[in-house]
Order: sequence, then C-alpha cells, then structure tokens
Amino acid sequence: MDKKKKRLIFRSVVLAILAGTLVFVLIVNAGSERPSLQEGVEAPNFKLDRLDQEGESIELHDLRGQGVMVNFWATYCEPCKEEMPYMDQLYEEYHDQGIEIVAVSVDRNESVINNFYNRLNLTFPSTHDRNNTVMELYEVVNLPASFFIRPDGTIERIVRGPVTLESLEGYFNEIRPQ
Amino acid sequence: MSDQSIRCECGHLNKEGTILCEACGKPIEGNQHIDGNDEKHVLEMRYEGSARRSQTYKRTFIDKTWAFFSSVKVGVWLIAITLVLSALGTVYPQEQFKNSPLPSSQFYAEEYGLTGQIFYQLGFHNMYSSWWYITLVALIGVSIIIASIDRYVPLRRALNNQKTKRHEVFVKRQRLVSKDNELNEDDVNKLKENLKSKRYKVYEDDGHVMAEKNRFSRWGAYVNHIGLIIILLAAIFRMFEVMHVDDYVWVREGETRVIPSTNQEYYVENTGFVYEEYDPETQEQFSRALEDVEDPVPKNFQTNAVIYRTTEETLPGQEPELEEVTRGEIRLNQPITFDGYALYQAGTQLEAEYDSMSFDVQLNDEVLGEFTFYSDEAPPEFHLEESDIMVSVDDWYPELEFTENGPSSFSKFPRNPGLIFSVENPDTGDSERFFYLQEDIIPLSEDNELVMNVTGVDRRSASGLTVKKDNTLPLFGLGAGIFMIGVVQGLYWYHRRVWIHPKGEGIYHIGVHTNKNWYGMKQELEKITEDTNVQEFEDQQELK
Amino acid sequence: MDFYVLSSTFLYITFFVYLIATAFFGMTLGNNRDENKKSKATKLAMTFTIIGFVSHLTAYIFRWIEAGHIPVSNMFEYITFFGLMLVLCFIVIHFVYGIPALGLVALPIAIVIIGYGSMFPQEVSPLVPSLQSHWLYIHVTLVGLAQAILAISFIAGLLFLIVKVDQTVKNKETTFLEIIIYAVLSTIGFIILSTGFGAMDYEATFIKESDGYQYEVEYEMPALFQPNNSELMTEDHFNSGIETPAWMQGIDAGKKLNSLTLSLLAGLLLYGLVRLVLKGKRVGSYLQHKFGKINPDVVDDVMYRSIAIGFPLFTLGGLIFAAIWAQEAWGRFWGWDPKEVWALITWLFYAVFLHLRLTRGWHGKKSAWLAVIGFVIIMFNLIVINLVIAGLHSYAS
Repeated sequence: MDKKKKRLIFRSVVLAILAGTLVFVLIVNAGSERPSLQEGVEAPNFKLDRLDQEGESIELHDLRGQGVMVNFWATYCEPCKEEMPYMDQLYEEYHDQGIEIVAVSVDRNESVINNFYNRLNLTFPSTHDRNNTVMELYEVVNLPASFFIRPDGTIERIVRGPVTLESLEGYFNEIRPQ
Repeated sequence: MSDQSIRCECGHLNKEGTILCEACGKPIEGNQHIDGNDEKHVLEMRYEGSARRSQTYKRTFIDKTWAFFSSVKVGVWLIAITLVLSALGTVYPQEQFKNSPLPSSQFYAEEYGLTGQIFYQLGFHNMYSSWWYITLVALIGVSIIIASIDRYVPLRRALNNQKTKRHEVFVKRQRLVSKDNELNEDDVNKLKENLKSKRYKVYEDDGHVMAEKNRFSRWGAYVNHIGLIIILLAAIFRMFEVMHVDDYVWVREGETRVIPSTNQEYYVENTGFVYEEYDPETQEQFSRALEDVEDPVPKNFQTNAVIYRTTEETLPGQEPELEEVTRGEIRLNQPITFDGYALYQAGTQLEAEYDSMSFDVQLNDEVLGEFTFYSDEAPPEFHLEESDIMVSVDDWYPELEFTENGPSSFSKFPRNPGLIFSVENPDTGDSERFFYLQEDIIPLSEDNELVMNVTGVDRRSASGLTVKKDNTLPLFGLGAGIFMIGVVQGLYWYHRRVWIHPKGEGIYHIGVHTNKNWYGMKQELEKITEDTNVQEFEDQQELK
Repeated sequence: MDFYVLSSTFLYITFFVYLIATAFFGMTLGNNRDENKKSKATKLAMTFTIIGFVSHLTAYIFRWIEAGHIPVSNMFEYITFFGLMLVLCFIVIHFVYGIPALGLVALPIAIVIIGYGSMFPQEVSPLVPSLQSHWLYIHVTLVGLAQAILAISFIAGLLFLIVKVDQTVKNKETTFLEIIIYAVLSTIGFIILSTGFGAMDYEATFIKESDGYQYEVEYEMPALFQPNNSELMTEDHFNSGIETPAWMQGIDAGKKLNSLTLSLLAGLLLYGLVRLVLKGKRVGSYLQHKFGKINPDVVDDVMYRSIAIGFPLFTLGGLIFAAIWAQEAWGRFWGWDPKEVWALITWLFYAVFLHLRLTRGWHGKKSAWLAVIGFVIIMFNLIVINLVIAGLHSYAS
C-alpha cells in the first residue's frame, strides 16, 4: 500500500506542476500586451531644454512637490493645438497653487514650435523632444497625450486624447498640492 | 512489494500488470489481453511486456487523468486536432498579415463575406496566440511528458532484468523463428561467431544463447521527446518580455536615432541608403524574365549604419555622449549585430523626403543671392550676404495639405514641403511674399518685382530597421539538436536480439526480435546463419 | 553558348527518355518477380532511367551556370528539382530493393510532376534580396530532397494499394483509388491544355475593375469563368459570360479558377476515355490485374523507410534550417506565415504516421493511405499555398 501511495503522490505532483504551468502560461499570454506605464507608478524622469527661455532646461525631478502636467503635442496635430489655449487659460490661476505644465513638442523643427507659441502667446514652459526619446519613454503613440503627476512624482492620471477646459480643471485639482 | 506481484515459474518476481516475465519472458497468465497477445500468435514486444503503470491502476481521478495522457492514442488525437486547426487558420490571413486599415471586426466580414465572419467570430484570426491553441499545444506537451515517464521506467527495468535463458514459449512466439533445428556444436559456435562479427553482444547461460545489439536505440523516442519538451519550455520563456526584444525604428539618411528597447543606451546612424535594381542590359541571362515584369526587380536594399553607445548615463531628453560600437552595411539576410542585439533591414521609404531645397532670388535678371533650406534645421531666416537682404521663413509645412483653415502640415516629415518666404525688395524696401510648393515657386502677389527660383532639391530615403534580441535562441537550438539526435538514434539503429534455445538432444529453436526494420533483419539473418544448418526463418506476421 | 536553350533542350530529352523508361518498366509486368529482377526489360528500363536522370541533371547544371545561382527560386525550378530528386531516390531504392513495379508508378508520377512544373514561366529570374543567402542552397534543396523521399513513400503506398485493395467489389477504398488516378489524369489534362493552347498562342484579354482600378488579365485558355467584374477586350475569343465569384481574392482569381475547372474537366474526359477503353472496368482494377503480384512486406518496408529518412531530413531542412534562415533574414525564427504553418502541418502529419505505425501497429493498407494523405499535404503546400494563399514564400507573385 505504501508503494501505491507513493505513486499517487508522484502522479499528483507531476500533474499539478503541469497544470500549474499551463495556467501560468495562459495568464502570461493574456497579459502580454499591457503597457508598463500605468497610473500609480512613478513617472520616469527626463530633462529637456526650454525653447521659451534660452539656455534653461527643465527636469521633472526638480518639480517634486508640485503637481505636474506633461503634455505631448505637435504642431501638425490639430486637437493638440485646440487644447493649448485651455491649458494657458488655467495656467495662470493654478501655477500659483503649485501646478506646473511642461509642454513637450515632438516636432522636428524648433521654428515651427516657436511660431505657434508666439502666435498664441503661450506662457507655460515649452520644450522640444528632438529625438523623441521622452515620447518613447512615456510610450506615447498617438497625440495628444497628457500625464498628470502628483507632487510625490507618481502618475495620477493618463489622458490619451484631448482635454476640455472643464476636465482639465478637474485633473488639476486632483494633483494640486494640499 | 505488494501482494499482487506475480512469481513466474522461473522464480522471478514480477510487478502487478506484467505481461511477459521480465526474466524469462514467459507470458503471465491472465494479463495477455493487455497487449492483445491473446488474439495473436506473435508476442507484442513493444514494451517488452512490462507493467505500464497507467494500464494497471485506474481507480482515482489522478490515475485516470494519468492514464488518459499516457495513451499514445490520445497523443495522436491531440496532434491531429492541432493539425486540422492549424490548417484552418491559414484559410484567411491572420490578423497580423491582414494588411488593411479596417479593424478585424469589419475586415474579415467585408473582405470574405460570411465565411470570413465565421473565421473572425471563432477567433481563428488570431489563432496561434489564442488560449485554446496554446492549451492544445500544452496538452501535447503534457501527453509527451506523461507518456514518456510511463513507458521509460518499466521498459528500462524490463531490459535490465532480462535473462539469457528464456522460456520456450517466449522464443517460439517471436515474429521471426526457426524451430526445431538440428544443430551440432560447430553450428552453434559458428552462429555465435557470426553474431559477434555483426557486433552483437553474445551472452550464454546453461547452453542458452542470447545475442543483443543497439539497445540504446530504444531510448531514441525518449531523447527526441526531451528535445521537444525543451523547445516548448523555450517557447514559454520567450513569452516574457525580458527574454526578447522586438522593435522597429525608422532612420533617415544622415540621421542618428536612439534604438528603441535598448534602455536608451544604443543609437544608430544612417550614413546612406543604397538601392539597386537588376539591369537587363548588363545581366543578359535575366533579360527574358525582366522584360516580362513591369516594375524593376530590386537587387539590393542596404543601410550603411554606425552603431553608438552612450558613454555615461544621460537623462532622457538630453543629448548623450556617444562612442562608436561598430559600423557596417545592413542588408536583407545580413543584419548588423552588437552586444546581443541585431538590426535587420526591414523597410524603405525610397527618396520619400526632401532633405534640402535650394533657391535663388533675382531682381531684374540679376541674382541677388542664393540659399539652401535644410528641412532638418528649418531656420527662421536667411541672410543673403551678396546683397545684404533678409529672407524670412514665415511658415514651414513639412507635409503640406490644404484644410478649411488654409495650409497646414499633415506630419513633421518633409514629404511634401511647403514654405512661405518674405523677401525684402532692396529697391522699394517692401516685403514680397512667395509660396514654395511641389518644387515650384508661386509669387503671392502680382506686384512682386523680385523673382525666386528653385535651383535644386535633394531627396533622402528612410530606412526601416527591426531591432531584435532573443535570449531563448540557444534553448531552442538545444531542443532542436536533442530532437534530431533522438530521432536518428531511434530510427537508424535497431535493437535486435537473437535467442538460441536448446530444447535438448541437439534440437534448437531460434527466435529473433528487432524493434524495427524486419526486412533488414531478415537480410542480416542470412549472413548470421551462413554455413550453418539453420533452416529458413519463418515470418509469423507477413502482411497478407 | 546559350546555356538557357541547352538546358531547355536537355529537359525535353529527359522527358522523352523517362517516357521510354516507363514503357520498358511496363514490359516487366506479369513476369515472375524473381525473374524480372534480372530481366532484360528491367535492365533496359533502368538504363533509360539513368540516362534520363543524367540528362535531367545536365539540364539543371546548365541552368545553374546560366543563372549564376542555384535554380530553386521559382515554381518551375523548384518543381523540376523536386522531380529530379524523386528520380534519384527511385534509382537508389531500386538498387537497394529492386522492385521494377515501383518504377512503373514512380516514373509516370515524376513525368507528370516535371510536366506540371514546366507549365510555369521558365525564364531565368534574378534573385530578389530576400533570397540572396547561402541558406537558399541549404534550406530549399534539403526540403526538395526530403519531400522527394517522402513522395517515394506515397509511390510505394500507391503501389501497395493498387495491388492490395480489394477490387472484387466497389467500396470506399476503390473509390479513393479512382480519385487519386483521376487527380493524376487532371494534372495531365492541365499539361495538355496549357501546351496545346500555348502552341496556338491563345490569348484573351479581360479588363477587370476592382476597387476603382482597372487591371488587365490575360487568359491563355478559353474563358469558362471570366474575372469578376470584367470585360472581354479581345474579340473572337470564347467567353461563357460566367463570372468568377467576388469572394475569390486576387486579380488572377478568375484565371486560376478557370484553369482549375478546365483541367478537372479535361481530367474527367481522359478518365472517361480510359474507362471506355477498359470497357467500363475501374482503372484501379485494371492496374491491379496488370501489376500482378508483388511482395507486400518489401513495398511496405520501402514506404516506412522512406518516411524514416524523409521525416528527419524534412525536420532539419523544412523546420530547423528554415527557422535559422528566417532568424537571419527577418530576426524571427517563426512567424506563423501560411507556408510555415503548412510545413508544421506536414511535420505533425508524419509524426502521427510514425506514432501510429511504431506504437499502434498501423502497417500495410492503413499506412499506405496515410502515405497518400501525406503526399496530398505536401502538394497542397507546394501548389495551393504558393498560388492561392500567398505568404512571404510566394513564388508566383
């Protein structure tokens, strides 16, 4: 009887390992297309030169303690250009409350960015992601895309697509330092 | 030992479920139905009549499951189902090959009608990564593992326990037999000699002779199945992103770009793209074929590349310090490799973009100056030194299109550049405006006195490169190698045994078993029995 | 020297020499099997087979010299290479086993295969960049050889069935055997039609409209099915007015459907004629009568051994080397391309064959039917996948 028991245990263990492997494989397979950058995780750091202030640059880490909106945009993206005035409208009010906006343009040429900025008299920092390295880091595929980052440096919300004046105000309130 | 074990008349104690005594081979009464020996004269020797455990204990759920997966019949069915499903998956293109902007939910129905709709609804459009296909393949893996364990252990035991001296019934019920031979000592010695010269190991016990060779061939099946299991394990490892990199990057001529999926560590520069076509004039042997096709036949797609690595950690967004790692030509079939990564030539946009446009400005047929607009730099203004006048770039549209709001750019890539210039007229001091589009200049006012001309354009190609790294390749290679070794081991060597059984008074039975290739065995027997009085062997199982 | 013309000439010669060899194999029938091993007819048949093979090889080498690369880069080249390997395998098998009846199945099949391949464009075409690799030599030739060896198992299986299927009553087995014969006759029908209309320079042009574009489709056979949404441009040419169904994809869908239908009809006509000549007797029954006795064990062994050799070679050439090349060319060793999937299917099928034979004792007729199905899968991968379900491997673009 002892032998039979051993055999049963052996068979159970082998079958359990095989079944476990199968379940594991199916779970891995089902989850394989999930992006790694999610709400709640720490926003990756970057440092970009500012276009609106010669010689200055902006580093995300240095903005700890403030709520930050990182907005990816380009001049050839119509919805991006439409949401810019909203950002500017709220910027004045919320900047004093500890909110910073970093507009990251993924255009190729500085001149087109500057032209647009000057035409609209935008006041928040303008940066240029020349080689699209930051865009890639943030796994941005379609424009616009906005990342709302809490004062502690973690991502509160990812918005893929344009924002409206009302929704933007809501998002700002979410990340405003207390 | 459990009390169900069976003692054979030769004294050997066999496990429950044994069909042929491990030692002497005598059929064990009551168990002959397991291998079907009760219905045939020739003994079933595939597993040496050993006690396959799955055939014996079938009481609990675990035992039943075990017996299910251990069955070759089940394994064959699983393979057959996989085979048929795989075939059905090729009826219409898989999602990744569908090559259409339509979403799959519409594509299959619109392109292929009702059958396409069914194909999509059943999930066949994404078959090979679907959970049920993976499950099916995994079940084959389970079947391989359990069937192997269940057969290998008792088979090994049986072969290790076999005795030289076999029961008469065992010898006479082999497929190839020669019964009742009258042999003298010389004959027996000659047989042994011949067997040895055929590389048999010859054992003797009390006048009984057993000759055996190539027993290792019996393990071939298990070896090749181990190879398959390694391949399946490699496939599981490959599901993890850390094990492999699969990315794509477009690099324009003259451009240096970060290679994606390398943690921003590597950069690639495209120093030039080469495209060549076959020329029917210089390669006459192809002229007949080249005449028949309308489009030229490409001969070479090649990116001249330099690979760099960042020298120190740079924050994303900052220009990194780069040092060259390697440089070379990337062609189809000739990727460039560095530090475990490989870049493959995968796509081209041949001369699709404008690198630069050159202009001159004239007044009354006199050239005031020339300048070149480089699309990558796109400076806001030019100073024409000869005449000290300024040309300002009012607007720059890399890919010009006209929308309701006037001209705008569709993308940042200079595929169809449009430019609006303001040039000051040195005579009047007025600013005159010009529109450059489609390699032509249009004055924006009829009063323009200045004349602008396009003096040249320079196009460039973009090269699409796939970025690959795969840490599972050695494991796949190992699995494939072991599989091949196992197949060769099992198929090209034959486990052969000859039993010479003395019945007494110079009468001998000779029984022969080979696990495969009976035809070859018969030929070998002719050599073995040469110059002896052994009668012709009888094949007790010849096909009707 | 124009190697192209020389190569074509040698291929023609090959064709006729194989026909002569077949005729001599035919004469070996009805003899006692021990005698005809040494009989004059067998010797002559083998001599002509070898002469044909040498001529075929010469044609191949001349083409290689002309092209500057190994000629396995399009349908014509691959299929004729396959035929070449098939005859080579048969010659080897003959010297090992010496079954003349096998030649009477092998050579006609080889002739039909070579003839079918010759219906594809024969121009020497340059290698596109994706084929410029030494793996072309290794992968494609090894697959060709492996498939030829596997085809030998089909030929042995077919011989086994011709001799062993019970022809006294009509049953499933006799019907399937007739279908195989009909398929061979249809292929011959296709060759006759293509050659016949080719010699007449038959050309009917249709203008087909699809997605707002107009395409010109040239028919080299009378149009039983015209392209979907098309108009006949060349007058005085036959046109039934029946359109190809719209769900058939591709500009040439109509042309392919047309050739297929005409070939099947021609096959039916040929089959009917043969039955008429045989006074209504089943062709299989007639063949069984003609082939007489063979040693079923030996034929069964040929069938198994060719799979035992062909299977590992196919694994190596069709899967392992294929994966290595794919890794080198595209950076992915496996991509579920239709051709790859069908290579896997072929492999799985012969794995099933070996399991059934080695562990479940499927010998004789059961094995023979499996060998036939295996060959059908190989032909499906070669013809249907290349011509209809185009993937990365598509030879006929």
